[in-house]
Amino acid sequence: MHSITLVVNGVVREATVPARTLLSDCLRHHLGLTGTHVGCEHGVCGCCTVLLDGEPVRSCLTLAVTADGHEITTVEGLAGPDGEMSPVQRGFNECHGLQCGFCTPGFLCTATALLRDNPDPTDEEIVEGVAGNLCRCTGYQNILKAVRRAGELIREEA
Amino acid sequence: MKPPPFDYHAPRDLAEALAVLAGVGERGKVLAGGQSLIPLLNMRLAVPEHLVDINRLAELDTLSVASDGVTVGALARHSRVERSTQAAAVQPLLRKALRLVAHPVIRNRGTIVGSLVHADPAAEMPAALTLLGGSVRLARDGGEVRDVPAADFFTGPLESALRPGELAVSAFFPALPPRSGTAFHELARRHGDFALAGVAAAVTLDESGATTSAKVACIGVGSTPVVLDVTGAEPDEVAHAVRGAIEPDADIHASARYRSHLAGVLATRAIDEANGEARRALDHTGR
Ligand SMILES: Cc1cc2nc3c(=O)[nH]c(=O)nc-3n(C[C@H](O)[C@H](O)[C@H](O)COP(=O)(O)OP(=O)(O)OC[C@H]3O[C@@H](n4cnc5c(N)ncnc54)[C@H](O)[C@@H]3O)c2cc1C
Ligand code: FES
Ligand code: FES
Repeated sequence: MHSITLVVNGVVREATVPARTLLSDCLRHHLGLTGTHVGCEHGVCGCCTVLLDGEPVRSCLTLAVTADGHEITTVEGLAGPDGEMSPVQRGFNECHGLQCGFCTPGFLCTATALLRDNPDPTDEEIVEGVAGNLCRCTGYQNILKAVRRAGELIREEA
Repeated sequence: MKPPPFDYHAPRDLAEALAVLAGVGERGKVLAGGQSLIPLLNMRLAVPEHLVDINRLAELDTLSVASDGVTVGALARHSRVERSTQAAAVQPLLRKALRLVAHPVIRNRGTIVGSLVHADPAAEMPAALTLLGGSVRLARDGGEVRDVPAADFFTGPLESALRPGELAVSAFFPALPPRSGTAFHELARRHGDFALAGVAAAVTLDESGATTSAKVACIGVGSTPVVLDVTGAEPDEVAHAVRGAIEPDADIHASARYRSHLAGVLATRAIDEANGEARRALDHTGR
């Protein structure tokens, strides 16, 4: 067993995990943060995407022990301190960017980093940015609208 | 899906990593970005007894660009090298190849050296390294270091010249001579997937505009990248030459005939684009 310390959504969290524990399972089972979803567990679907030191990564392809000492942001950490939704979350809300919601945490984390680095992406850049996330419900059109709208909100509020 | 149990080692520096690797020998595997190894563990296709995590070795997180080429350390992630304008200026094929590797989020973790050691027959980085005549630097405990040329490094599907106990510490992608151009074309079922087939090309011209070298490296159509010299071949002969040199396998994604056809088409396009880039470089530098 390994004792690890992660800063998750700004809070220092400790966990004792076997080395083979995936970051996704550590977040869900050890830390009770079930917002990070697990679909394929081999890197294809993207719904487990979280931010590791600010960069989106697959939590199903990262060992929790490798992340020891690092900062993680999950979907639970995107909203503001009083629970007000982030621009990306509002974009998804306004544009009906989800149906069942299974893929949504991954899209939100991916889009959050995408728009932070590039608040005014072209349609092509948006498609390239979220192409690694699969959605079985929406047909993607509203997700692309939501990311575009989130970019507008970020630029308006900047 | 859960990885099988293993003993985890988290060395803090290179010397410690090499000592651990020497101790575990063929029972151990290096963990870099994990973007190929962890899927294999999750699916229980790999069952190493020991995992040596090199993610804390800051000394391997290097990217050095000189006029003769680009050297990437074992912890240089795809995304970092892709973003480097200096690296793209010295060796443009690097960025072109990196943009075809998986998705941006995978590239945030995956390393170039990991891609090379993993040696997937459909992977882009082994083709780029082989086409450019680059090399991989391998180190082992006791200070012994060897540089293996790309042509000898890829020995089979998912097989490389890396021996048990060795760590790949860096890879070198040489620059091309002046008046050169490159291109990378591939076709995948879905954006970001491994390609059904792909072709990297590099063309060099002399000062009069005559072609002094034209080469392609094909992926997904053999157990290792297939490099072919097509200097002097007419555009329609390129496809023919490629199809004659490869023996692709059929799988659920594509028939052997389709892959062969595809490789020919992609080679023609890649040579054409590389040639165009070389001509622009020639015009730019003046004759
Ligand atoms: C959904 C998905 C799509 C993908 N699509 C593509 C694609 O289109 N093209 C492509 O090329 N790749 C693709 N990949 C693979 C990805 O590029 C990997 O990141 C890369 O192949 C391996 O790099 P890594 O650093 O993650 O290596 P790891 O997964 O950590 O290691 C891979 C192998 O190399 C060994 N290794 C790694 N580093 C060293 C070292 N320094 N010394 C000795 N041994 C070492 C490991 O022991 C292991 O056997 C894809 C992956 C996923 C999940
Ligand atoms: S669960 Fe991680 S990518 Fe699908
Ligand atoms: S909303 Fe159902 S999978 Fe995307």
